[in-house]
Amino acid sequence: MKTLDGPDFWRSLEEYADTPEFAEQLGREFPQHASEWDAGVSRRRFLELSGASLALAGLTACVKQPREGLVPYVKQPEEIVPGRPLFFATAFTLGGYATGVLVESHTGRPTKVEGNPQHPASLGATDLFAQASILSLYDPDRSQTITKLGQIRTWPAFAEELQARVKTARAIGGEGFRLLTPTVTSPALAAKIRELLAILPKARWHQWEPAGRDLVRAGARLAFGQHVETRYDFSQADVIVSLDADPFTFGPGSLVYARAFARRRREAAIGAGTPPRYYAIETTPTSSGSLADHRISLKPSELHAVAAALAAAAAGGAVAGGAADTRFPWIAACAADLKAHAGRSLVIPGEHAPAEVHAIAHLLNDALSNFGATVILTDPVEAESVDQLASLAALVADMKAGGVDTLLVFGGNPAFDAPADLGFAEALQKVAFRARLGLYDDETSQYCQWHVNEAHELEAWSDARAFDGTVTILQPLIEPLYGGKSALEVLCAALGQPAAKGLDLLKAHWQRQHPEGFDAFFRKSLHDGFVAGSALPAKALKPKANVPAPGAAAGAGLEIIFRPDPGIFDGRFANNGWLQEVPKPLTKLTWDNAAHMSAATAKKLGVNNEDLVGITAGGATIAAPVWILPGQPDDVVTLHFGHGRTRAGRVGNGTDGKGTGVNAYRIRMTTGLWLASAAVQRTDGTHALATTQHHFNMEGRHLVRTGTFEEYRKDPEFARKVEEIPTISMYPGYTYDQHAWGLAVNLSSCTGCNACVVACQSENNIPTIGKDEVRRGREMHWIRIDRYYEGTPENPAVHNQPVMCMHCEQAPCEVVCPVAATTHSEEGINEMTYNRCIGTKYCSNNCPYKVRRFNFFDYNKDKHLPVLTLLANPNVTVRQKGVMEKCNYCIQRVNRARMDAEKENRRVRDGEVLTACQQVCPTEALVFGDINDPTSKVAKLRKEPLEYPLLAELNTRPRTTYLAKLTNPNTDLLGKE
Amino acid sequence: MSANAERPPVIAPGYTPATVTDKISAVVLNKTPKWWYVGFAISFLAAQLLFITMAKLLVLTVGIWGINIPVAWGIDIVNFVWWIGIGHAGTLISAILLLLRQTWRTSINRFAEAMTLFAVAAAAQFVLFHTGRQWLAVYWLFPYPNTMGLWPQFRSPLMWDVFAVSTYATISALFWFVGLIPDLATLRDRSKHWFGKITYGMLAMGWRGSARHWHNYETASLLLAGLATPLVVSVHTVVSFDFAVGIIPGWHATIFPPYFVAGAIYSGFAMVMTLSIPLRKVFGLEDFITMRHLQNMAKIMLATGLIVAYGYGIELFMAWYSGNTFETFMMKNRILGPYGWIWGLLILCNVLTPQFLWLRKVRNSVLGLFFISIIVNIGMWLERFVIIVTSLHRDFLPSSWGMYTPTVWDWSFFVGTLGLFFSLMFLFIRFLPVISIFEMRTIATGDPADVKSKAHP
Repeated sequence: MKTLDGPDFWRSLEEYADTPEFAEQLGREFPQHASEWDAGVSRRRFLELSGASLALAGLTACVKQPREGLVPYVKQPEEIVPGRPLFFATAFTLGGYATGVLVESHTGRPTKVEGNPQHPASLGATDLFAQASILSLYDPDRSQTITKLGQIRTWPAFAEELQARVKTARAIGGEGFRLLTPTVTSPALAAKIRELLAILPKARWHQWEPAGRDLVRAGARLAFGQHVETRYDFSQADVIVSLDADPFTFGPGSLVYARAFARRRREAAIGAGTPPRYYAIETTPTSSGSLADHRISLKPSELHAVAAALAAAAAGGAVAGGAADTRFPWIAACAADLKAHAGRSLVIPGEHAPAEVHAIAHLLNDALSNFGATVILTDPVEAESVDQLASLAALVADMKAGGVDTLLVFGGNPAFDAPADLGFAEALQKVAFRARLGLYDDETSQYCQWHVNEAHELEAWSDARAFDGTVTILQPLIEPLYGGKSALEVLCAALGQPAAKGLDLLKAHWQRQHPEGFDAFFRKSLHDGFVAGSALPAKALKPKANVPAPGAAAGAGLEIIFRPDPGIFDGRFANNGWLQEVPKPLTKLTWDNAAHMSAATAKKLGVNNEDLVGITAGGATIAAPVWILPGQPDDVVTLHFGHGRTRAGRVGNGTDGKGTGVNAYRIRMTTGLWLASAAVQRTDGTHALATTQHHFNMEGRHLVRTGTFEEYRKDPEFARKVEEIPTISMYPGYTYDQHAWGLAVNLSSCTGCNACVVACQSENNIPTIGKDEVRRGREMHWIRIDRYYEGTPENPAVHNQPVMCMHCEQAPCEVVCPVAATTHSEEGINEMTYNRCIGTKYCSNNCPYKVRRFNFFDYNKDKHLPVLTLLANPNVTVRQKGVMEKCNYCIQRVNRARMDAEKENRRVRDGEVLTACQQVCPTEALVFGDINDPTSKVAKLRKEPLEYPLLAELNTRPRTTYLAKLTNPNTDLLGKE
Repeated sequence: MSANAERPPVIAPGYTPATVTDKISAVVLNKTPKWWYVGFAISFLAAQLLFITMAKLLVLTVGIWGINIPVAWGIDIVNFVWWIGIGHAGTLISAILLLLRQTWRTSINRFAEAMTLFAVAAAAQFVLFHTGRQWLAVYWLFPYPNTMGLWPQFRSPLMWDVFAVSTYATISALFWFVGLIPDLATLRDRSKHWFGKITYGMLAMGWRGSARHWHNYETASLLLAGLATPLVVSVHTVVSFDFAVGIIPGWHATIFPPYFVAGAIYSGFAMVMTLSIPLRKVFGLEDFITMRHLQNMAKIMLATGLIVAYGYGIELFMAWYSGNTFETFMMKNRILGPYGWIWGLLILCNVLTPQFLWLRKVRNSVLGLFFISIIVNIGMWLERFVIIVTSLHRDFLPSSWGMYTPTVWDWSFFVGTLGLFFSLMFLFIRFLPVISIFEMRTIATGDPADVKSKAHP
């Protein structure tokens, strides 16, 4: 029905007492003919009916169910081989920007998202959101029908009413007709919107994206007078300065940037090229900062001045407004480094840095002649580049003034995520006709009369552009599970073509662009996952040097930084258990957000972890739990928005229905979207947080081994010298005639982005367990990313270490299992035989790496929901309660490759088996392969002097080994950060 | 012997075989005292907790406990080791002391053996129910021929455990029952009620007391004693292997077998003491379980307690001497970490408190001994907690460190096994002779005139 829980909010809204529908409802008590039916029933009739239904109920049990035979294909479809998945190229979009993906489909049901190696924004990798999108597709809480005022309606009914609205609007030139969309990069959708706007000339199209790129646009406008898209080429950059950016894990293009940077660093370690140097100037710790050679922590209010000072030092008079700043002795060294690498350097401003910082970065890149070399300027990727905040504010103002009588809200969730001071939800109710296309019956749908259930990206035809403009045609992997509609189809309905199909619409659009050889073009574009040659060409532009000088530094008081949640983003993934439970980078928190502050600030406020603080900004106050974050500048609080949803679904609403975490949108105002000054004080009470890692100190153990390139050149074996590796053992070793699988993890590359964690969860049918169970220490992820700090708590170095099963040669788990449920395979994989396991948990106790996971309850209960059974990878057993499980190097993939190789009478080739974690990794930090084959990548990596096994002194002889982390610090700068 | 002259006698003077028989069999054959109903009811209620928890475990599995990763064994295994340890005194008394011809054992061996049996029964619940899939564990742990050609994994200490504990349970049960046969015959003969006559009669297996019977009995008894003797050391050695074979700092120590055996005997005697003191009081058996017994047990407790303390000392020393980062950290964490207070309590209970036993005054004080024995029982429980939980909760990788908090179901299972143990104990003291009648006859050589009044109260 309409909702699975939660009240019907309509009745409490006074304004609805005036509408005829509501008045009728009030009078009726029961909606929809209930009272008519009820009217004539006497007590006698009631008893008759109930007696009859009882009898009939009994009868149904007697009826023999018709036999349903499984009919094989009469004509076998050419490409479907049972047991062998197909992959279809499509794209995943976030904030409008596309990442090309290949979706694995088992007999018609998509089960896993992989990156598209040929797509320029993916190169084979994806982020965690793309990985988890498959769970959103099958989310049983998605809205399943079209509704009007909570009552189920049909698509023709909606189309009819919508067309009537358009017709009325047309009579007055579209006055009062508005569209609200998230960022649109889709050429076809934009064309359709323009088509509608053409017949309704006074109608307006508004865009709103809560984690949008307004500041990027504003910065470009400041520098160039127009919006220019900037993309970067990290493969050519020797010196990189980030001005509060998170280039490797956030924003369009991050996957590609991360790959290029990591590759440069890795190749330098084997003597190919020079190592890049990355200066991370940050106002709050980021994942990218964990890879930095120098990390500098700043208050956000200082960022502009520091950027200007850096520009002045590096570009001389080219940049206005900059003055030497003696507070930051590192600026000179950093500027000198930039100058020395003109044309091979890169200054990247953060998406949420002030527009002035963006402009300064443009000027700096220009002065360092980086344009055309490491920085490429293009036309905007967005179909219609607008200042979204202004656009939304204008819409709200018009709604409040009564100037809007029809509003179509496509996707997004503005009633939840619009700046709080706009009062979007209240203004929305002044609109006479409000229709919403959404995946969920959420906070926004609640205020709209019409809710149209949206087709998921994997269910609908669409198109979108990537960070470089490359177009991907999104093809559906499955018929819409609930008959959902795409934005394109809704627009067509508005244009009087309610029966138009997505495929036809797309074909029509692209046929106009490519009239010649269209069929071949369309087929090839679909197959490849992108439209060849659709990347935007580089533009030559010169920035203007009229950047406003930095104002006086902000006075006393705390600054509060808003960022999208690293797990559930802006709240759109709130009902996605995988993303709720993924331990956020740096904090390792799950299922919650928190007020992150430095230890000194927490001390000043007299609070500790999990204590509640009241944060007042823009006149509103929220209470958020504290989580101390090393590396956070003092007097700065970082708050992630996206949590606190109340109509997200059963997962996102939390156990108490008040949502997971705290709703930070309540204090996010138009004047302080990303940064605001706030009053923070201790309030009574605590809020329990669930973290997966309580201890961040290595305790002097040699777990993550680090060195500089200089140390490495002096002594390549430095990482191996810290511990003695025993060579004798009581048990004889194994011999491997065939393959011997192994995995190498390069710590120089890992950003801790969590893509592998979610990919593994998706590939291996790993359950989510909920906050309470995480708090009990029972998280199920087969791969975890350990995070350790080194140095001072004020500005520590952060190290990420992915840890999965080590597949020890002398595995401590194998000898202690009383029933031989965990055994050594002939190829050296430590295998779990789930149906033999009796759950003594001895293996986990004896595992020094604690990588084993136990089904303390029947965590897979949800998988019995029909729709979630579709999600499971058919090649991986769904484990039952009381059974141990752990990483098995994606043995189903190894087996598949082995079978293929046997059929062709050859060995498995290197690179033929990619583990799920390896395949998704943007930085190629994980390399899996046959260590018996001396030519394989992994065998070569194992011979690298940087290679070391974890806890080698225990004589476990792991198959998973690590490559020590190398950094390339500036010797002029050591000790000056 | 002059030393003996100062000691209290093994039994009070003046008892003859006849008076001994009268007195002990009266306990069984007289009317059930009121306190028995109360005690049994409480124990039986507590035992219901065990069954409720078991049902919950079978339906939901072990998630209802507080265990997690890294602490995948919690107080389930603590309780298992504790109960097995308690069982040790019984075998030691019945087997080793029999072979050493320690006559004082006669008065306490019967109920010490019963205690062993019931403690093993309690321990066995944990062996089975600590697993995630009990319905499979119940038979997959045993080597049985099957079509899949699958055998248990004989390298696993848990496998050794299964053999050690099941052997121990079998031998203890046999030994106990064989020892009971002559007494069952006595009860058969003395029982007035038809039901008692039949039941005891069947259990007595046709015992007539002929010379041939006695000869067979003595042979069987000695054989079983010989079989049981190695078990006294082997069972807890094997239990200690569960930990010593593991790789975890705090487990991986060669001192474990002797230290565990000493600990087991320590806790076993503490439990015998805890049980015998109220028992001799309520049944008026002070003449049979005399101060001599209590003092001897106190001395054994002192000796084994010192061995245990030595074990603690060696662990501390080795943590420092090995120079191993993980070992050193483990010891530091044990003493100063979040569970440090438990270690402190453990030292108080197991090392400091028993030092009072050096004082003759304390050894002569029934109340003092009773309290010390209870404290030692608590201490030995804490020792297992320290070994299992504090070693696991912080091992090699700081990233996976965690904490363990027992839930109400952890405790309910423990209380449930206490209920089971005491229910069985109450049934035993009501329906079977708590002291071996026929063995007591062999040492009751006194003049009946001395105790006429006592024998027929």
